[in-house]
Amino acid sequence: MLDRITNILVVGIGGQGVMTAAEMLARTALSQGYDVKKTEVAGMAQRGGVVSSHVRFGPRVYSPQIDAGEADLLIGFEAAEALRWLPYLRPTGVAMVNTLRIAPPVVSVGLYDYPLDPIGELAATGIEVHAFDAGAIAEQLGNLKLVNTIMLGAISDYLPFPAEVLRESIVEGFRAYKPKLADVNAQAFDAGREAGHVKAVSRQTAA
Amino acid sequence: MNAVVQAQAESRYLLSGNEAVARAAWEAGVRVAAAYPGTPATEILENIALYPDIYSEWSVNEKVAVEVAIGASLAGSRSLAAMKHVGMNVASDAFMTQSLAGVVGGLVIVVADDVGLSSSQNEQDSRYWGRFGHLPILEPADSQEAYEMVKRAFDLSEEYEVPVIVRMTTRVCHVKAMVTVEGERIEHHAAGFQKNPQRWVMTPANAKPRLPLMHERDRKFRELSETIDLNVAFTGSDRRIGFITSGPAFMHVRETFPNAPVLKLGFSCPPPLDKIRAFAGQVDTLVVVEETEPLLETEIRAAGLDVRGKDILPRFGELAPNVLRPAIKPLLGESYEVPKRSQASVFPRPPTMCASCPHLGPYFALSHIRNLNIIGDIGCYTLGAGHPWNALDTCTCMGASLSMAHGMDKGRGESDQKKHIVAVIGDSTFLHMGMQGLLNMVYNRGNVTVLLLDNRSVGMTGGQENPGTGEDLHGLPAPRVDFAKLVEALGVRPERIRMVDPYELPNVVKLVREETKMEEPSVIITNRPCSLTDRFEHLRPYEVIDDQCTGCGNCIDLGCPAIFVSRRETVTAKSGKSKELVFARIDANACTGCHMCVETCAPEAIVQQQPQNRVIRIQPHA
Repeated sequence: MLDRITNILVVGIGGQGVMTAAEMLARTALSQGYDVKKTEVAGMAQRGGVVSSHVRFGPRVYSPQIDAGEADLLIGFEAAEALRWLPYLRPTGVAMVNTLRIAPPVVSVGLYDYPLDPIGELAATGIEVHAFDAGAIAEQLGNLKLVNTIMLGAISDYLPFPAEVLRESIVEGFRAYKPKLADVNAQAFDAGREAGHVKAVSRQTAA
Repeated sequence: MNAVVQAQAESRYLLSGNEAVARAAWEAGVRVAAAYPGTPATEILENIALYPDIYSEWSVNEKVAVEVAIGASLAGSRSLAAMKHVGMNVASDAFMTQSLAGVVGGLVIVVADDVGLSSSQNEQDSRYWGRFGHLPILEPADSQEAYEMVKRAFDLSEEYEVPVIVRMTTRVCHVKAMVTVEGERIEHHAAGFQKNPQRWVMTPANAKPRLPLMHERDRKFRELSETIDLNVAFTGSDRRIGFITSGPAFMHVRETFPNAPVLKLGFSCPPPLDKIRAFAGQVDTLVVVEETEPLLETEIRAAGLDVRGKDILPRFGELAPNVLRPAIKPLLGESYEVPKRSQASVFPRPPTMCASCPHLGPYFALSHIRNLNIIGDIGCYTLGAGHPWNALDTCTCMGASLSMAHGMDKGRGESDQKKHIVAVIGDSTFLHMGMQGLLNMVYNRGNVTVLLLDNRSVGMTGGQENPGTGEDLHGLPAPRVDFAKLVEALGVRPERIRMVDPYELPNVVKLVREETKMEEPSVIITNRPCSLTDRFEHLRPYEVIDDQCTGCGNCIDLGCPAIFVSRRETVTAKSGKSKELVFARIDANACTGCHMCVETCAPEAIVQQQPQNRVIRIQPHA
């Protein structure tokens, strides 16, 4: 068991499954004997707003909030949201980003611009950024809701406990409550896990 | 009290503070629980509803909820009322007198403060109520403490025959943390109401003798505060600063200054002044870290102690580590530079109304009619103040729209003479505190056009039930109020009560125009359910036939988040004026087939997709 605190920040937009993914991570960490706290600011998230969920686990966790510059892992369910929350990542941290772009109405009507190349901006910081199209994988598997499990698969080799533990706790959960979805979620996890090993974009830029 | 009990893995659960409160209420033998939904407290009653041995209800407002709890308590039952901070303002009339009369069965009021103001109209500190009502405030710092303190609160309430407030904040309510659950419900016998007019009939003659008793009770609580194990000192190796703190701020202090001595006040009102004095003697500088007002700080200073607090800490918002560090480090003579990090400039994502939200139609109408003062209320429809509608001019508190609109009508100033005054209120808010405003307006011959947006739910908090839903807290069938009859009973003339389908835009616009011209109160009632609830029926999505779209942009004005701009073109008219055309696209994954946008489209470019055409895929939106 790791003797320091692990900070994971999961970010996206209301309705994408950010809070469910964070819950999954928290429960799995709990099963590994860690003290765990999970918090989110999602005031009116169901109304298209930003959702950020903080998961902290370690021998003893006091504050539930991750400070700027303290996250070990940033899981971005949407490209611009990953960029928004990047300052929360520590310089040695890892960002795992779904390349999906969702523009809110204020962008659609022209009041603001969506960043031209959010992944490029992330890469330019020199931080280890892995980006892939989780939606395309979900589409191949036939269900867009799988993005959640795919993203968890993608970060599963970047955790202080084995990827198999997270996989098992996700699949077990489905077996218990939605058995029909257990197999496809196992596939989604594995596909995500493979995708998570995509070469870091920051290094590609540097090369 | 030990904040987190080290426990066996089998008995630990990851619970939110709200879930922990519900569990504790069940174990404490609560028989009656009542609440009105409000962030961040909503889930307390939703979770209590899962325990069949507790009678639980959505009351129509917080005052009613507290009165229901008081009634149950007088019958000898343990009872609980839960609410968000502003709910306590509504409940305070009942609360302030019952705190004088006292209780029989344990009565706990759980009040959740929105520290950081993420989903409210103000940020207020509910710990004032303990001072105002002369009763104890317990302040849990996390889920485990919420679980333990709610149970303690019931014991204290019964022992001292007084309501007890458990003060939560968003960072307790909505944080999931480990809770070691004991797991047994202890039934508490309810002896039944014992008639005792001198005690329960609060006439001046009966209330006066209660006053010295209340002050005697205060004295007992001051003594208790010195000895109770909820007020606990943590020793620390670095005695330069000693912290006095309560609630989740304790966690932030421990996180940021792990070696500092801390006096944690779980029973924070009244504060243990002797204990504080003793603690102060062991440290160089005393700092109070409390969210949000300087209450403990003022009381400690009044006791003659030298203390730092809001002179270096913010008086609002959360006192998280990133706030504590720069404020406290200079006191230690340590320099602290806020880390410079490149702040990515990313567009905002303000909350917006949902696809096929039944409020879109009325706001489309309000944004297209000139000369209106639009007095708003609390609910999803407050978002009408935002883009693209910009059609809401005020928002103050539950039910204020009708009475404020009436006052504005009576107090019309120079620029209001040719304006029409409109009040916008939702079904649940109307039933919560709006009815009186309408009654008042009718009685006093006012002239306001009321839009009663009935979406059959408490939308903003997640679609909870209310007397207009036809279901109760448990989702079971319940009597459903007839708004047209209710409004008529309050005195609005039947001719001025207009029912409208909010999706039929031309009708909505026509009715608002007609009714605002009338010189008497009129009420326009909409009738479509919230599109996030299962009362809403999803239909096949619509799409824009690109080569029929003329770029007029009318559908964009609806503000439906399923409609996007696909491209813009600037064209020059024959007159030489240039004009921007805005072409639209509908996201089939977000569209629920409500057809509202079809009403805005003159060239009939918006059509319902054929079943075989529907492709589920993510489209890039930018």
